[in-house]
Amino acid sequence: MSNSDDKTQAVSEKTVETSDRPGGSSKGIIVLCFFIGLAASLAFGWGVFPKLLYSRKQQPIDFNHSLHAGVVSNGCESCHFLRDDGAYSGAPKLAQCIDCHQDVQGNSPEEAKFVDQYVKKGIEVPWLVYARQPACVFFSHAAHIKAAKMDCVTCHGKIGESEHLKVYEQNRISGYSRDIEGASLINMLGFKKHTWDRMKMDDCSECHQKQKAVMGSVQTQKEGCFVCHK
Amino acid sequence: MKIDRRSFLSLGIGAAAGTALSPLPWKLMDDVSIWTQNWPWTPVPAAGESTYVNSVCTLCPGSCGITVRKVDDRGVKIEGMKGHPVNQGGICMLGLAGLQLLYAPDRIKTPLKRSGKRGDGNWISITWDQAISEVAGKLKELRANGQAHTVAGITGSGPNTVSRLFKRLLTAFGSPNFFTTPSMDSSYRLALQMMNGAPPDAITPGFDLENADFILSFGSGLLDGWGSPVHMFRTNTAWRKTQARVIQIEPRLSRTAAKADRWIAITPGSEAALALGIAHVLISESLYRKEFVDNYTSGFEGVVNATGELQKGFKQHVLEKFSPKTVSELTGLDPAAIILLAREFAKAKAPIALFGKGQGKQPGSMDEALSIHALNALVGVINQKGGIYALPAPDYPGWPAIPPDPIADSGVKQPRIDGASSDAFSRLNQLPSAVLSGKPYPLNALLVMEANPLYTMPDSKSVQEAFDKIPFVVSFSSFMDETARNADLILPNHVYLERHEDAPLPEGFSRPVISLSKAVFKPLYKTQHVGDTLILLAKGLGSSIAEALSWKDFDTCLKQAMGDKMDTLQKTGYWTDPNAVFPDGKMTFATPSGKFEFASSAFCPGFTPVKIEGDATYPLVLIPCDTMRLASGDTANPPFDTKIVEETILLHQASLIEINPKTALSQGLSENDRVLLQTPRGQANVLVHLEEGIMPGVIALPRGLGHTAYDDYIAGKGVNLNRLMGPVADPLSGLDAAWGIKAKLSKA
Repeated sequence: MSNSDDKTQAVSEKTVETSDRPGGSSKGIIVLCFFIGLAASLAFGWGVFPKLLYSRKQQPIDFNHSLHAGVVSNGCESCHFLRDDGAYSGAPKLAQCIDCHQDVQGNSPEEAKFVDQYVKKGIEVPWLVYARQPACVFFSHAAHIKAAKMDCVTCHGKIGESEHLKVYEQNRISGYSRDIEGASLINMLGFKKHTWDRMKMDDCSECHQKQKAVMGSVQTQKEGCFVCHK
Repeated sequence: MKIDRRSFLSLGIGAAAGTALSPLPWKLMDDVSIWTQNWPWTPVPAAGESTYVNSVCTLCPGSCGITVRKVDDRGVKIEGMKGHPVNQGGICMLGLAGLQLLYAPDRIKTPLKRSGKRGDGNWISITWDQAISEVAGKLKELRANGQAHTVAGITGSGPNTVSRLFKRLLTAFGSPNFFTTPSMDSSYRLALQMMNGAPPDAITPGFDLENADFILSFGSGLLDGWGSPVHMFRTNTAWRKTQARVIQIEPRLSRTAAKADRWIAITPGSEAALALGIAHVLISESLYRKEFVDNYTSGFEGVVNATGELQKGFKQHVLEKFSPKTVSELTGLDPAAIILLAREFAKAKAPIALFGKGQGKQPGSMDEALSIHALNALVGVINQKGGIYALPAPDYPGWPAIPPDPIADSGVKQPRIDGASSDAFSRLNQLPSAVLSGKPYPLNALLVMEANPLYTMPDSKSVQEAFDKIPFVVSFSSFMDETARNADLILPNHVYLERHEDAPLPEGFSRPVISLSKAVFKPLYKTQHVGDTLILLAKGLGSSIAEALSWKDFDTCLKQAMGDKMDTLQKTGYWTDPNAVFPDGKMTFATPSGKFEFASSAFCPGFTPVKIEGDATYPLVLIPCDTMRLASGDTANPPFDTKIVEETILLHQASLIEINPKTALSQGLSENDRVLLQTPRGQANVLVHLEEGIMPGVIALPRGLGHTAYDDYIAGKGVNLNRLMGPVADPLSGLDAAWGIKAKLSKA
């Protein structure tokens, strides 16, 4: 502490000396400049930078989960299911949609758009997947749903009750969805309320440790990078 | 108020402190590190639904069953099909790399018409309608001028439905000039026709290698791609368990020789002499199987000629001319070694002698084919377990007769341009010289299907000259290969994984199998199945030709051709005879005598050395060699496979020749020296690789390198051996019998 006191003193003395010179900045101005710099960079770092970092994309169709959840018989699994080989189907393909949407069913302009632009032309909808893990990660839905008997809401929240799809934010540098990195700045730093607030590596291990779930390879029982990473 | 240096520094310090307290640097650091794991050029497996489709690999005559793994519409892996009779789940590296052909950048994406000089590579895209009408128009014009017979067609496909359709189109059009690509299979079939007696297109050789226990291979690259390669690898593994012995007779230590129980190096080209030398020992020591020879053969003791006189038979011929001493001089082997080998061969329970050098892509000399087949007859393994079968070709339901047409009738009556009597043994090797000489008539149009003669035929220079003389060349190739590049029009075929067709008769297998090639992928580009193209061409040509190929499309044609086999083919992917008609012990032969003929008034197995090209100024002999890692036929080696070629074969972009250190020393050469390799037919810059396992005086260069067309990933790697070779016509078959060429080396 004494060291820093000495320094401060030395700086002050210097300031006093120079402030006598005509045209020199006063001590106050220097301090002010420091705080201006501090405030500006904090504002940039916390306010502007996160906005710049993420590109914002609208989904091609504003899908209404809540509406569909009321119509289908098997809940989420009606559209998002495990394939026979245990792979997860993810966002549904056109083939599943056209069972009902061969033609326009209701009054929704989004549905009309969907039928016109995709169903009629036979083009798959380029859905933007919020929760997609990067290619270097092994993630098995089957292990979590079947073996650990977890439900969808535990990780994905109440997305099934939503009426609109939110904006998809993508990190311009890493290319990851923002939902992986943290929905807000606070989440990004690791403070989270919900499972789905952030889905990075720490979040995987946090839950696995808490649940005393399988930590190693199923085959060898050993832990290591390549249990989860390709 | 004025901002001086101190205030500015203070602002900077404040900004730095603020930045450090914000997420900016930490987040950026993290993101940049993550970005390094997500470089766009790093291949990432596609996400989607995995499906598996069974089909058959038609990249070589092996016809292995394959299972293609797809993620949505993207092919990601080709595996061997479990339970397929030919390969039982195995696969070779060419089959594995097949997806690189599907997704190759040099695929031809639409029909193309040449716009500049031929071979310059200037093309304009045209529509399919335009392409068909251009070809049909040109052919119609030739036909109207009475020149229907001056059109020729070359196919590289086996005896499948597309080839049969192609032949039918030419016949209905009025041309006798249908060419298949000759290989050892041609020589085997001719030998079977002569000795077993069978119509040439109704019989096919079957090799019961699994049940053989002594394999005398006259240079056959059993582990270098001979026959159906995966099946051969499996058989070799089985031989280790059954303790069968493999004797490899070859002037160089190939992979097959290295893995054999014994490697016998003989003077190249003297294989027939050795076979007859062994026959001499079998006969003189009474080691041959009398039960078979006495009861089921003719021509052994004597031959009655056309005038009714009794001539010397095979026995006397061999005893007089091929004593171990004489053969020792011809082959360079010790007489004792020949006697020992013959005794071992005779004493084995199920011996078999094989020919077809390397991968069997060359027909070879008929002397060799006949004398080696005679050797099998001496030990009685004709139509026997562990031996060689003459298998009936699978029975295809007949197509309706081609409607009669005066132009077609007079056209097909014209002599074939290659001098062959029928298309069953077409002599593709004779085509260039016939075209160049313009005799018996000039060739006005050439259609090329699944073949790349400008690369695969020996003496590429004169093949190129012949091509330059043909006014109209049409290629059906899927790739911009050497032949397509020199065509006037390209009507691109689907790649094999996009085609629905049959793949009959795997080469070197024990029984007839037909596999069904499925359209595993929807066509990636505006290509068309060549079967459909042929049907559309026939429609464009009109009249009796359209009637002869009146199918709606190729699928309908295929369905009719497969008849009641189609159900099985679609269900299991392959068809084998349900009654498994092994002609086991079937000792009836369709020869004039009704017996197996060792010799007849027309032939007797002998040995006339094939006179390879080159005079005394060429002190060395260049022989071709094959390796599993190089595809040498009309399929170009996929880049994945070229990557695994050893540095003793391809170093950077240069081919290496194999040379014995003794020969190298006498020429003043050492390892990796750059030399000019010259033969009477061409020259090439190569590197030297010293190899103890090759006979002194002989040098070897592998087939399958040195493409000049295709793309940057395939072209410009090594030397195309065919550019250096010269064909020698066999007096009996008329096919290429050259096993090498004289050569010389000089320091470059």
